[in-house]
Amino acid sequence: MIELTDKFIDVSKIIEAAKHPSAGGLNVFIGTVRDFHAKKNKRVVRLDYEAYEPMAVAEIQKIMNDAIARWDIKAWAISHSVAKLLPSEIAVVIAVSTAHRKASFEACQFIIDQLKARVPIWKKEIFEDGEEWVSAHP
Amino acid sequence: MQIKVKTFGIASEIMSGKEVVMEISGNSVADLRRELSRKYPSLDKLNSLFIAVNRNYSEDEMELKETDEIALIPPVSGG
Repeated sequence: MIELTDKFIDVSKIIEAAKHPSAGGLNVFIGTVRDFHAKKNKRVVRLDYEAYEPMAVAEIQKIMNDAIARWDIKAWAISHSVAKLLPSEIAVVIAVSTAHRKASFEACQFIIDQLKARVPIWKKEIFEDGEEWVSAHP
Repeated sequence: MQIKVKTFGIASEIMSGKEVVMEISGNSVADLRRELSRKYPSLDKLNSLFIAVNRNYSEDEMELKETDEIALIPPVSGG
């Protein structure tokens, strides 16, 4: 299940969708909004998310196809926010079930790393004194 | 040829629109890149700029059709 949502992500729904009777481990990664940008030494007031939704869904599906080829994934679900979020709110939830726990950790890490690298989703950091699209410039 | 280009993130701000009509000479992704650089030099300052054609990342050699769904993908920052 892939979901992009402008509502609060329902974490228990994502976990429920990733349960499987043949799985012995269900690993969940939850990405949350950090309130501070260390390099700029600035407080983050809010993150505004935006996605190229049909392509984002397609790219997440490709990542999952790669993950399924590498690990014996029994079930999975991913939700990503396209809302305006405040510090400590949830931006992404990835839930992956595998027969044994090691694969679920590895697959979950692979998926979030790939998601951050290639899925067309953007966030703008809103500071107290300005704003900036994350990673846009050197 | 005339094409419609979807923009996202910082590219929407640089190009002042979510969908911009461009007139390009030639019909490849490289030709579009050349016109983008000429018209919007600020795009060249980005860490990266990919062009998606029909929701897939494309290579510069790819040929465009007027009916293609073309989108600019500035550096992504999901998660």
